[in-house]
Amino acid sequence: MHSLTADIVLRSLGQVGSTVLAILAGVIVLEAGIYLIFGKLLKHRHTLPIMLLAPAAIGLLALIVYPIIYEIVLSFSNMSLFTFRNPKFGFIYAERNFGDVFTQPVLKLVHFLPVFLRTVLWTTIQVTFHVTLGMILALLLNRPMKLRGLYRTLLIVPWAIPQVVAVLAWRGEFQFEYGFLNIVLRDIGLHGIEWKSSPLWNFVAINITNIWLGVPFMMVILLGGLQSIDRTYYEAAEMDGAGPWRRFRDVTLPLINPVLTPAVILGVIWTTNNFNVPYFINEYNLESSEILVTALFRAAFDYSRFGFAAAFAIVIFLILLVFAIIYIRFSGLESVMGKSVQKPVPAGIGRTAAARRSKGPRGEVRA
Amino acid sequence: MNTTRSKSPRALGVMRRFFARSRGDSPFQRTLIHIALIIACVIAVYPALRILTVSLRPLNILMSTSLAIVPQGATLKNFATVVANTDFVRWIWNSLIITMSTAIVGVIIASTSAYAFSRWSFPGRTGALVFLLATQMIPAAMLMIPLYILSARLGIINSWRGLVIAYSVQAVPFSIWILKGYYDTVPYELEQAAMIDGASRMGAFYRIILPLSTPALAIVFLFNFMQAWNDFLLARIMLQKSELLTWPLGLQTMQGQFQTQWGNFSAAALMISIPVMILFFFSSRWLVSGLTLGSVKG
Repeated sequence: MHSLTADIVLRSLGQVGSTVLAILAGVIVLEAGIYLIFGKLLKHRHTLPIMLLAPAAIGLLALIVYPIIYEIVLSFSNMSLFTFRNPKFGFIYAERNFGDVFTQPVLKLVHFLPVFLRTVLWTTIQVTFHVTLGMILALLLNRPMKLRGLYRTLLIVPWAIPQVVAVLAWRGEFQFEYGFLNIVLRDIGLHGIEWKSSPLWNFVAINITNIWLGVPFMMVILLGGLQSIDRTYYEAAEMDGAGPWRRFRDVTLPLINPVLTPAVILGVIWTTNNFNVPYFINEYNLESSEILVTALFRAAFDYSRFGFAAAFAIVIFLILLVFAIIYIRFSGLESVMGKSVQKPVPAGIGRTAAARRSKGPRGEVRA
Repeated sequence: MNTTRSKSPRALGVMRRFFARSRGDSPFQRTLIHIALIIACVIAVYPALRILTVSLRPLNILMSTSLAIVPQGATLKNFATVVANTDFVRWIWNSLIITMSTAIVGVIIASTSAYAFSRWSFPGRTGALVFLLATQMIPAAMLMIPLYILSARLGIINSWRGLVIAYSVQAVPFSIWILKGYYDTVPYELEQAAMIDGASRMGAFYRIILPLSTPALAIVFLFNFMQAWNDFLLARIMLQKSELLTWPLGLQTMQGQFQTQWGNFSAAALMISIPVMILFFFSSRWLVSGLTLGSVKG
């Protein structure tokens, strides 16, 4: 046991502080260098933006781009626990690593394709439930009623709890004897479920946990979208004789689409890449519950097959890249982002518009 | 219940209230809606309340099949045990200093870069923005392999140096998107006016743009903070010594010995969650508008 003494406080502050100072010193050197080279020597007209962008650019190059390149290099090696210090590199290893991803088990028994299909199933289940339940709750809440604020607050509790805490607590509740789910099941005369050791039920348990965690976000986003819909549309539709279902389909859905589409895309990405939930709930490391990212983590850090895991990671990355490209083309985001800068803005929407946008439940959509 | 087709049927009326908002739900419909919402709230809150329940249980009935929220013989002993007899305080302190410092660095880096994206057009701008968005799709587990091996080579395993650097940068792409979207709403004329009055470009940024963007900066700070505060994966591969752990790792070690430490685990979990939840409820409105501000807007 280590209590918090003044000595420890100082030493820990020293370690963090010195690292932060090192970062700042690096930034200053970087800025000075850019200023001298681009500003004084080349008289470049973009000196200032280059200086502004440099720290982020260097940071992202060092922590995202370089590791990905290094990962590609690793996939050309035979690095494992035994060859950690002096791995060999060559095409023959790349061939073996990438071949192994598709022909050999990625962990002990399970192959790539089942894990991939399970990931697709997992993402489909999750996003469907999140959107459906989130939409139902948002529609229920989107009316003047008593206790509305209280309901909203209580319903976002699962989102407010730190995720690691929530997932570890759920892991405890899936315990056979004393978890509340099994207690409830027994109280209504059923048998308890082996949440942790049965492959099917473990996958169900992972799904239950993540549905519980993910619905509030969807609900809040969709509620914001619903609140921005002008009610005169509904009145007009009603006058034209549209029933409730038609009003939902032809008024609500199209008008909420600008909010729904990005939320669904984000949901797909987050769910596919979700590590904590499948990793923690799968306490006994059942290979039948692994999705791509957890299998990747175990291949690297439980089995220390670094070369193979790097190849595995690149395969996963390529799958996600294809998805991302389809998404960017499909959503037309590219054209939005290329919009001109420094365009003159009509007077009168300065501070007030900006301030309004940051607050207010309707800010989401108006922005 | 009247269900003839000629008039507006009751069942359909419920559906209508369900699918579209309308003035004046009937008392029956209102009751149904309240019941549905209460059930949803119980499902949302009960699993969280269980943490409180278990944390209050005395040792002799730690393993109990009771579903009561306040257990028999409720005691705060578990909290005292966690604070006095485990590394809990140490873990919180570690997390706190790492997270605070990296959030500040992250906001500084993102706020200046976002300004460049908002106010200049330069070659590669669109490409860079797409790249920033694309980084959000990279699974964290994928970056762990090279980061672990590089850190091992550099000898910074079991120190916070790697964590501090990585946390400072990890939320930068998202932060740039939010801040750029926000700066775009601030009229350029304000800076022009300041520059006519003699301010330099950066002076105008510092005196005009930054103060006007306080709400967005707050969102971004919070986001950086939360991202680092809740990180498990990177800390898991970087830290092994107990005195260095951040709270997610520490909590996991407590949960490891489930049979004996469930009460301690729950007490620790509760103490971590309550400040975070208070912060969250105060900021959730901003957080959501910020999320959509960054992602929906171009």
